[in-house]
Amino acid sequence: MRRRPTRVLAASAAALTALTMAACASSDRDDSGSTSSAESGGTFVFGTAGEPTVLDPAFAQDGESFRVTRQIFDGLLTTEPGSAELAPALAEDYTASDDGLTYTFDLRKGVTFSDGTDFDADAVCANFDRWFNFTGLAASPAASVYWQDNFGGFADTPDTPSLYSGCEATDASTAVITLTQVTSKFPAVLSLPSFSIQSPTALEKYDANNLGGNGDALSYPSYGLEHPTGTGPFVLDSWDRGNGVVTLSRNPDYWGDAAGVDEIVFRSIPDGNTRRQELQAGSIDGYDLVSPADYDTLTGDGFQVLPRDPFNILYLGINAGNVEGTTANPALQDIRVRQALAHAIDRETIVNSLLPEGAEEAIEFVPPAVDGWTDDVTTYDYDPALARQLLTEAGALNTTLRFYYPTDVSRPYLPDPGAMYEVISQNLTDAGFTIEPTALTWSPDYLNAVQAGQADIHLLGWTGDYNDAYNFIGTFFAEKENGQAKAEFGAFSSPDVFSALATADSEPDPATRTEDYQEANRVIMDYLPAVPISHSPNALVVAENVSGLVPSPLSAEDFSTVTVSG
Amino acid sequence: MLRFIVRRLLQLIPILLGLSFLLFSWLRLLPGGPAQAALGERATPEDIERYNQVFGLDQPVYVQYLKFLGRALQLDFGNSSRTGRPVTTEFLERFPGTIELTVFAMVFAIGLGIPLGYLAARRHGSWIDSSSVIASLLGVAVPVFFLAYMLRVVFAVNLGWLPGSGRQSVRIDATHITGFYVLDGVLTREWDAALDALTHLVLPGIALGTIPLAIIVRITRAAVLDVVNEDYVRTANAKGLSTSTVRSRHIVRNALLPVSTTIGLQTGLLLSGAVLTETVFAFGGVGSALKDAIDLRDYAILQGFILILAVVYVLVNLLVDVSYGLLDPRVRVR
Repeated sequence: MRRRPTRVLAASAAALTALTMAACASSDRDDSGSTSSAESGGTFVFGTAGEPTVLDPAFAQDGESFRVTRQIFDGLLTTEPGSAELAPALAEDYTASDDGLTYTFDLRKGVTFSDGTDFDADAVCANFDRWFNFTGLAASPAASVYWQDNFGGFADTPDTPSLYSGCEATDASTAVITLTQVTSKFPAVLSLPSFSIQSPTALEKYDANNLGGNGDALSYPSYGLEHPTGTGPFVLDSWDRGNGVVTLSRNPDYWGDAAGVDEIVFRSIPDGNTRRQELQAGSIDGYDLVSPADYDTLTGDGFQVLPRDPFNILYLGINAGNVEGTTANPALQDIRVRQALAHAIDRETIVNSLLPEGAEEAIEFVPPAVDGWTDDVTTYDYDPALARQLLTEAGALNTTLRFYYPTDVSRPYLPDPGAMYEVISQNLTDAGFTIEPTALTWSPDYLNAVQAGQADIHLLGWTGDYNDAYNFIGTFFAEKENGQAKAEFGAFSSPDVFSALATADSEPDPATRTEDYQEANRVIMDYLPAVPISHSPNALVVAENVSGLVPSPLSAEDFSTVTVSG
Repeated sequence: MLRFIVRRLLQLIPILLGLSFLLFSWLRLLPGGPAQAALGERATPEDIERYNQVFGLDQPVYVQYLKFLGRALQLDFGNSSRTGRPVTTEFLERFPGTIELTVFAMVFAIGLGIPLGYLAARRHGSWIDSSSVIASLLGVAVPVFFLAYMLRVVFAVNLGWLPGSGRQSVRIDATHITGFYVLDGVLTREWDAALDALTHLVLPGIALGTIPLAIIVRITRAAVLDVVNEDYVRTANAKGLSTSTVRSRHIVRNALLPVSTTIGLQTGLLLSGAVLTETVFAFGGVGSALKDAIDLRDYAILQGFILILAVVYVLVNLLVDVSYGLLDPRVRVR
């Protein structure tokens, strides 16, 4: 009996050992389970950084929701795999009227929604009318921000006009959509997942528009949480909210090539290191947002890192000071000072040392993947001596610039703002500027400050939504109602820039429009309202036995082509 | 005893009122807000204004607080601004996971900690003693996220013995009834699902249990060392009681008093959501939800979860006090 305490210890140690052994045994069984399901071509498990918000794409606005809805729904148009080029989807073809206000879509025949109802022109018009007739909470920016950003107002908001005029089903497979004004973003905007075509029957059955509001937030009806119904290659099987796991299963009635796997599981693993280790451990088959630091390790371990073509821009914003109520350095109104900024920045070092592999130096404000990009623009090579000379000529040597940059944030185009600030600040000092730094927390301090025109120069960027140059340069530099550009760019006023953008945006012919945007890019790079710096890619990774996943510059990957071999 | 419990429960009211007020005002002092988080960097000031209007965030804080309080009294903590679902639903869905993890971590910590602490005290000054002291210091000092990565590298990536994240393998088709996955597996006789859920608890449980383990070892050791030198132990030995009786009735029972307090406090802490552990193990409990909520300024989730967890914490401590009474007759008179 003397040894009783030791026995307690022994017993608890034995219990722990038993537990661990049991754990090992089950882990072995897991492995065999997953192998057998892989042999049957079965399940593809993909690690994501977060879980979706809602699976009704009309109300979704985050990448994780769109990633899932892209597999469940089709739009009238889509993009070619691996590029930003428009491609047919539920519309096989379309024609635009000469005035650019009427678009006739020839719809794919024999397509059914996953609830068995037919896809036809009436369904298309029902969707457009649904978006246009949102009221109440559904019309709030928290719900339908994509419609509002791209189509403007609603039927009952006469003060905010809408781009959308009407939709007519001239026969079962022809839908005619009319617009209130010519714009270059239509029909490219229809490739956005927000404008996917959903089953009108299911929308009505599950009360899709009936958003509730309770205190701080929207609450979504069961349609967007349990019954999203589209024509895509997969259907929603289950959504485990507590664990952030969304399971899709193959749509047996899909109109295109049947999906390569029976099931896709999207599993939310917020921590980047955990995603990598889970891939290495074999419990997931791939994941998104690979840290650039892991590219080499993962490739060395036999995983396939799939970089996306860059579809963003990082720029140095310039505020030459026309914003009421703010002070800015008037020296920036001199083109030579702005040119000195452009010549002072060492883009090559930035791209090589601060950005992931595959990043490119930017010579203008749209990435090369966008129609309208051209290498025929005025370029500003790294030349500190020339920069200093320009500054001297302008009488602005040692002019002081208040340089704003954000903290505690990492954006796809700006992985490390602090380091980026250090390099650029040093570049500018070398060229003869005096820098006065201001670091602010990203949201809302930094964004508010730079958007209100409080900085002389600042770092910011943009990720494109679809292949349309206006989505980049129009967003930045177009003329506002007051005849000036955004406060972020010092509310500059350049008739050349404004008219070049307006001309391109209102040109209905795609080929002419592309030329117009090339011209707009030339005009902008001559005027230099800001300094473009770089385009940065990001990447997906999949296991060695996975094939068919094509990285998309728009993150619009189609998982139906994925196959997993044993 | 009943009066004691009732009094403690009544004390909850001012605690919760104060806490809810502090929470409410502090959260609104955080930079950024749900509008910015929900609408993203492209939101225009007009968008944000409209959002705030729709959800009443443009009203004075005290008006918002009174409304919140009114609803909270009916156990309605509002809806998550991220998912749009009721806070109570989100909580009930996630709390079982946290309880399972806590139970595993505490079983690990107690099962190993008390025997180790006792052994260290019995072999006072020996190599067992000094190594247990050093090991427990290390246990407290090693950051959880580092331990998590190391455990996963060894047991999940290299050896492949244990799953490295989540609550259950997504490749297993399990039926869930109670939300306690191990229990669900047992109830439905889906033994593989139960075992799978159990193995998913091992690595996060060890990572989470290390700190309580280290503390329990040290407290047990110190308590036993105190007690063995007490007069009543000498008396018990002198009157000829067998060694085992002295140990179980006099030493262990008395030494367990401070240990049980520690265990109670630690359990309460772990139940409040192991934010870091749950996040790095992508474990669907309240801790990982709290982390998401902080990132997204999800006021409703933060307020609701923290208030509910405060109640849980107080209740666990109440249980500890009650059990204290059972262990130590002197406390019972209260």
